[in-house]
Amino acid sequence: MFLDLIILILLVLTALWTVMTRSLLRASLGLALASAILTLIMFNMGASLAAVLELSVCAGLIPVLFISVISLTQPLTFKEALEHMHSRMARFWVLPLIVIILGVILVLISVKFKAPLPAAQTPDSARFVLWHLRQFDLLGQIIILFGGVFGVVVLFKERKKSA
Amino acid sequence: MLSAIFVVLLLAIGIYCILATYNLLRVLIGIEILIKAVTLLIIAAGRQNGNMALAQAMVVSIIVMEVVIMTIAVGVVLGIHLHSNSLDSRNIRKLKG
Repeated sequence: MFLDLIILILLVLTALWTVMTRSLLRASLGLALASAILTLIMFNMGASLAAVLELSVCAGLIPVLFISVISLTQPLTFKEALEHMHSRMARFWVLPLIVIILGVILVLISVKFKAPLPAAQTPDSARFVLWHLRQFDLLGQIIILFGGVFGVVVLFKERKKSA
Repeated sequence: MLSAIFVVLLLAIGIYCILATYNLLRVLIGIEILIKAVTLLIIAAGRQNGNMALAQAMVVSIIVMEVVIMTIAVGVVLGIHLHSNSLDSRNIRKLKG
């Protein structure tokens, strides 16, 4: 319980650092760190299959994508980023408070009603659930993957020169 | 209950990141943080209900969708940068067919 609490606090602090840091490169690394900490939480909760995927894909692949784009673009200079951060904090300081208060109200309402959804009886193996009970999800995943490949091809195809 | 509080905090951080910036890459980072909050929520719900296998199957689907969405979104952001030489969302208010 105490370990769970520490890891969850670390996750929130990392996410906060990711959002508040001025450098986009550091933000990408913070995102990778947050994914790695989420992996720890998943292992701790017994979701080892999802944890491995989270570590390899979300902590590995997606930050690489972000860093590639950052290297191909021109980020703000340090001074511009500092000015932007100050103006952002001045404009939106109240926003996190509103969202947190709304979230706490929602959590309290859900605790008050005490109407948990009945848990469906499913086998213990995630592989069995994925391959035998949720085939429609797999079909959706395959369609999304093909859609993604098609999207990348369309985005990066070489345009024909007009005659 | 403990995880729910941290999910709310993560959602707040993600929404703040999306709303408080004009940089398209930071918007994507905010969406990533929101997806992490949802992932944590599903895993915590699976643990609470004793249904971790189903929760893991759903998280696998979420991760696959996340990767595809991010790949496409990053490609779109790169295209916008090539077109307008900027990552500022205020510069792309005109739709071009």
